[in-house]
Amino acid sequence: MLRIENLKVGELPPLSFALADGECLAVDGPSGAGKTRLLRAVADLDPAPGHIFLDGAERREMPAPAWRKLVRYVAAEPAWWTDTARGAIRDREGNDNPKGKASAKGKASAKGKDRLGWLMDALGLDAALLDRPLNLVSTGERQRLALLRTLLDEPKVLLLDEPTAALDAGNAALVEELIRYQLLAGRAVLLVSHDGGLSNRLASAHLELARAVPRSQPAAVSGQAA
Amino acid sequence: MSAPVLTQFDLAIAASLILLNAAVSWGFRLGLERTLATTALRMVVQLSLVGFVLTFVFAQTSPAWTIAVALVMAAAAGYEVVSRQQRRLAGPVPFVLGTGMLLFVGTLFSVIAVAGLIGPEPWYAPRYLLPVLGMVLGNAMTGVSLVLDAITSAAVREQRQIEAHLALGASRFEAFSDVLRRGLRTGLMPILNAMAVAGVVSLPGMMTGQILAGADPVEAAKYQMMILFVIAGATALSVLLAGFAAVRLLTDDRHRLRLERLLPATSSA
Repeated sequence: MLRIENLKVGELPPLSFALADGECLAVDGPSGAGKTRLLRAVADLDPAPGHIFLDGAERREMPAPAWRKLVRYVAAEPAWWTDTARGAIRDREGNDNPKGKASAKGKASAKGKDRLGWLMDALGLDAALLDRPLNLVSTGERQRLALLRTLLDEPKVLLLDEPTAALDAGNAALVEELIRYQLLAGRAVLLVSHDGGLSNRLASAHLELARAVPRSQPAAVSGQAA
Repeated sequence: MSAPVLTQFDLAIAASLILLNAAVSWGFRLGLERTLATTALRMVVQLSLVGFVLTFVFAQTSPAWTIAVALVMAAAAGYEVVSRQQRRLAGPVPFVLGTGMLLFVGTLFSVIAVAGLIGPEPWYAPRYLLPVLGMVLGNAMTGVSLVLDAITSAAVREQRQIEAHLALGASRFEAFSDVLRRGLRTGLMPILNAMAVAGVVSLPGMMTGQILAGADPVEAAKYQMMILFVIAGATALSVLLAGFAAVRLLTDDRHRLRLERLLPATSSA
């Protein structure tokens, strides 16, 4: 359960809402309304006053890296700090078992390998892509690889920013299926998408950021937003 | 055995050589004439003053004057480090931190070199301590400027990569490990190059000075080696401290990248 209380994001009025496990909330609003900033604030990537609780624990009660392992932000245009996708995956894997005992490490990476193969299949990605230089990988493939690296260590909340923007219809359907599977597995999803169909099929509720403007505002503002 | 004394006339002839710089600037319309004039003038004033100041300080027996001059030198180096940045951090923290760090490293290594190795009487004799401190500070300053500039510009350029790493649960030092490593390498490059070409391409300044002053070249070379090792150690330590400080200042305790702490780029760097 993700609970947000009086979260102050940019110029928006304070936001409060809750998201149950397995539930998807679509964040709607015009460009520049602050959808991406909201997701980044929830991941604690930008400073934002207010409270965010995950299963009763406020984000400041745990170190920020631990919070981001649980509450996972996926950018609209994912960036890579390595030459290949496997490099980035190995970076994060090695980090989760620092100086671990050989047996524990072996077990963990065997489990990780199963999950990696399963996710590659689910996203329609060829195994060779993992070792291809990322500048030779297409935008759509990079976007799916970013989703893959996000789901490898099973976070509790997914903050997805335009997860299907760079994808053709077939691959978008695969990603939608994978998101639905994550919901069934009990993960909460905060979804930003310009694809209204995707939001409507996945989300059980909508958060309209333009509507969050107080009603005392002049009518011209809501007229502009519409 | 002392060097022949330079007359004012000799200096005037040397100064006329700077007209060549002016000709280049004018011919290619580099617009550097003003800068050229002010920096040349600045150099003359600074060196003349420092000649008198050092004469005075060397004549004193009290270490208080040595400490005062060391403080001024470190502050000047700290100011240079900050002003050489293309994108620098807002506020007085970088200057204070940089000056303090350079003073600490400079003092530590100068005392090692002078008290531990040269061993004059008394060990804090400003005639030895201050020139060594100057060489250590000058080189450390170059290294620190380079590492800071490398890390801040990489942080701006690779913001998305760093934040992608952070979003997956990396700590700030994990997310910055590549940037930090490249920055440290950049900062160490000048002293490595200086050691590589010392005596082949260039005769280092201190050795040249000692030879001009009539010292035995073999003895001068031994001194130069010692000083280069001291400088290399001091540069390594200050580059390391500056690199870690830069990562800390560009991030916060919630492991967030805080690029808004950087001032807009200046063209004068």
